[in-house]
Amino acid sequence: MNIIFMLIGVSLLMALGFLLAFVWSVKSGQMEDDYTPSVRMLFEDKPLSTELSANNEKINADKSQPEL
Amino acid sequence: MDNVPSFLDRDMELVEKRKQTSCFHCGDSISGKALLYDEKSFCCAGCEGVYTLLSQNNLCDYYSIESAPGLTQKNPVSAVKFNYLEDAQIQAQLIQYRDAQISRITFHMPTMHCSSWIWLLESLYKINKGVQNSRVDFLKKQLSVTFNHSIISLRQLVELLSSLGYEPSLNMNDLTEKKVEQSNRRLLYQMGVAGFAFGNIMLISFPEYFGLDSLSHHSFSRLFGYLNMVLAIPVFLYAAQDYFISAYKSIKQGIINIDFPLALGIVVMFFRSSFEVISQTGIGFFDTLAGLVFFLLLGKWVQQRTIDTLSFERDYTSYFPVAVSVIKGEMETTVPVTQLNIGDRILIRNNEIIPADAILLKGNAQIDFSFVTGENDPIEKVYGEIIYAGGRQVGGSIELEVCKSVSQSYLTQLWNSDHFAKAGESKMQSFQSLVSKYFTIALLALAFGSAIFWLWFDPSKSMSAFTAVLIIACPCALALSSPFALGNAMRMLGRAKFYLKSPGVIEKMAKIDHLVFDKTGTLTQATEAKISFEGETLSALTKQQIAALCIHSVHPLSKQILSYLAVSTEGKRMATDFTETVGKGLQAQVDGVPVVVGSAHFIALAEPNVKGDLNTSVYVKIAGKVLGRFVIANAYRENLAEVLSGLSAGHKLSLLSGDNDSERARLSKYFPAQAQMLFGMSPSEKMLYIHQLKENGEHVGMIGDGLNDAGALKVADIGISVSENTAHFTPSSDAIMDASSFAKLNQFFTYAKGTLKVIHISFVISLIYNLVGLSFAIQGVLSPLIAAILMPISSISVIVFTTAATYILAQKNNLFK
Repeated sequence: MNIIFMLIGVSLLMALGFLLAFVWSVKSGQMEDDYTPSVRMLFEDKPLSTELSANNEKINADKSQPEL
Repeated sequence: MDNVPSFLDRDMELVEKRKQTSCFHCGDSISGKALLYDEKSFCCAGCEGVYTLLSQNNLCDYYSIESAPGLTQKNPVSAVKFNYLEDAQIQAQLIQYRDAQISRITFHMPTMHCSSWIWLLESLYKINKGVQNSRVDFLKKQLSVTFNHSIISLRQLVELLSSLGYEPSLNMNDLTEKKVEQSNRRLLYQMGVAGFAFGNIMLISFPEYFGLDSLSHHSFSRLFGYLNMVLAIPVFLYAAQDYFISAYKSIKQGIINIDFPLALGIVVMFFRSSFEVISQTGIGFFDTLAGLVFFLLLGKWVQQRTIDTLSFERDYTSYFPVAVSVIKGEMETTVPVTQLNIGDRILIRNNEIIPADAILLKGNAQIDFSFVTGENDPIEKVYGEIIYAGGRQVGGSIELEVCKSVSQSYLTQLWNSDHFAKAGESKMQSFQSLVSKYFTIALLALAFGSAIFWLWFDPSKSMSAFTAVLIIACPCALALSSPFALGNAMRMLGRAKFYLKSPGVIEKMAKIDHLVFDKTGTLTQATEAKISFEGETLSALTKQQIAALCIHSVHPLSKQILSYLAVSTEGKRMATDFTETVGKGLQAQVDGVPVVVGSAHFIALAEPNVKGDLNTSVYVKIAGKVLGRFVIANAYRENLAEVLSGLSAGHKLSLLSGDNDSERARLSKYFPAQAQMLFGMSPSEKMLYIHQLKENGEHVGMIGDGLNDAGALKVADIGISVSENTAHFTPSSDAIMDASSFAKLNQFFTYAKGTLKVIHISFVISLIYNLVGLSFAIQGVLSPLIAAILMPISSISVIVFTTAATYILAQKNNLFK
């Protein structure tokens, strides 16, 4: 039965992980605007020309920077 | 890659469809010759310019997201308009964050209306390398931009935006606005902590509830007890702290609010449970504690949710410009509005707002006061006249001399008056705070009573009964009734286009017994009055004859007829022997011919008795012959008669109008006989009138629009501003009503009353749960299991009941029809 001690420890750690994930999501502003992202995700990143796709790569790199 | 051709096909189809009729960019119909570029037609050079800019940057996808997404560019922006953005002081006030390289700023864009905006505004970096990142918050209509200010200056950025047709609204308010504190985040963190603890404590407590512990090792129950305690500590210290603070503050002021029994319950629960765990006499009430705090925070969250898309706090500063052009000698400089001095000579261009009372010196002034009075027609001003702040110049540039500082101007001084400062919070007490006072007293009496009782009979049970009463009677369900009922009712009203500043407004609405209306823009429609002529076709000669007569009268009807006739000043005829019978009509000799214009009675015609005809007729008789009549359509809102008669059943009604009393006769058909109608009221007189009603103990609701009602709206217990377009300016108020919902005004008030009843019923429900729990507690036999079952069940049933009841009530009141 002593395995229960470990199981409880693991389950608490997991739950703590979810709590931290929630805190992070609030901190990064995901709870501020719950409409715009739903529209944004539907826009297509359509490479029109090679020049533009190179541009896009640069943009994606920019986007990966965390928001201030 | 397959979708690329289909995209283009769709593009081409759309182009074909739109080519002849409307502008490819803004969708306006093209009058005159269309400008052709790239096989697409545009209404003006501005729209073509935006398209050219976008196509050069491969951003034409903009047009495939929604058709004709742009705004018309027919009113080009003057080149010097954004000069003031070079000013370091203004920049510092507008920019939120700045370091050696980058700056960040948030713009408000009230005209944002379709998803194409998100796409284009977030693609700004493709147009200018200086823009690092741009993010749109569509509901708040905000754009935040991070840019490298060594590549693109703030002014260039704003000019880029306005060249795309997305001119941000920059106003005086942006200069004074405090940066918004993210207080909502704290509540979310607290909810996260409480929810986390609630779930885990419940899980750990299950074995105890099912009696499994007796089968297994004793050390489990000890471990579980301590684990629960550890999990409950952050709930007690962090998640619940606002309740302790609120209870302490209210006690200090000598008031008992609902947070007091809540805080007391939480404290007692935590210490009794900790004691039980440490002394190994039980597992305590930690699960009830965490659940209670979680549900309470949930209720708080529902109550705090407001309508982001609308601003209820706008005063004149959110409407006045940031800066204005000042002429010194021959030089023109831009000066922040806040630093404008008396005697400064200012230059106001087309579509700019006059920020301070000023005297007209030069130019053709056509001032649109629609923001102030709700009246749409521009008013012509002549040299030397004082123009009040808040008017918008339409047409060419004008020069003015400032005669009062911005804060002392006719309208803005309202905000500095004493009454305004005093208005603040309404004295009306909410039902919840009323009940919680008596509830708390009864609760304390019961707790001490049962403690003393057990002290007498069985002292060992005394402490347990005392704490159990405080724990089980902790008014969680009671505290949830109001937030959930009001929060949901607010959402229902929002769907019916009646937007409230906060859920608490509903309770105030239910208590209103006197409604005060403004006239222009509130009872009347903003659109122009329609006028037509019935009868013989008017020849040029008769038109001139009628015009010659009407030009002598200042009556609004005469003016309307005059503008309808549109007679040029050439061949103007002279009227002699002019007489005006007030309220009846005019007569005179024009070139020797008798001309009579007026009511049917006035020209001795039998009144054609058409019942329910609210239009105004003006008959014309020339040389003894009746030619016909002008019909001036009623400018009042549809269903006005039904709305007012419905409201008069439960409310006193009043009318306050800034105009003269020419409409008194017509309005008295709508208003009940005892209603007070006051005309020629200045903004401060309106405010004082409401103030007096309140002094007499009446609960006053003001319904108005425009800046001239702002004072009255603020002083009233609730102020409702009516708006043709909720994205436009509305003065600060408790509620914003879309003009299309005016017909439902009576239903809104009935609904508010119904919602209050729902709260009453749910209070009874939660009290029943409390009584059941108390019957255990007084006997000293309250087990943690009973508490753990009662608390969530009572909370959830109250939430379900209030939500369902407010929804059904909304359906019953036909709120959505």
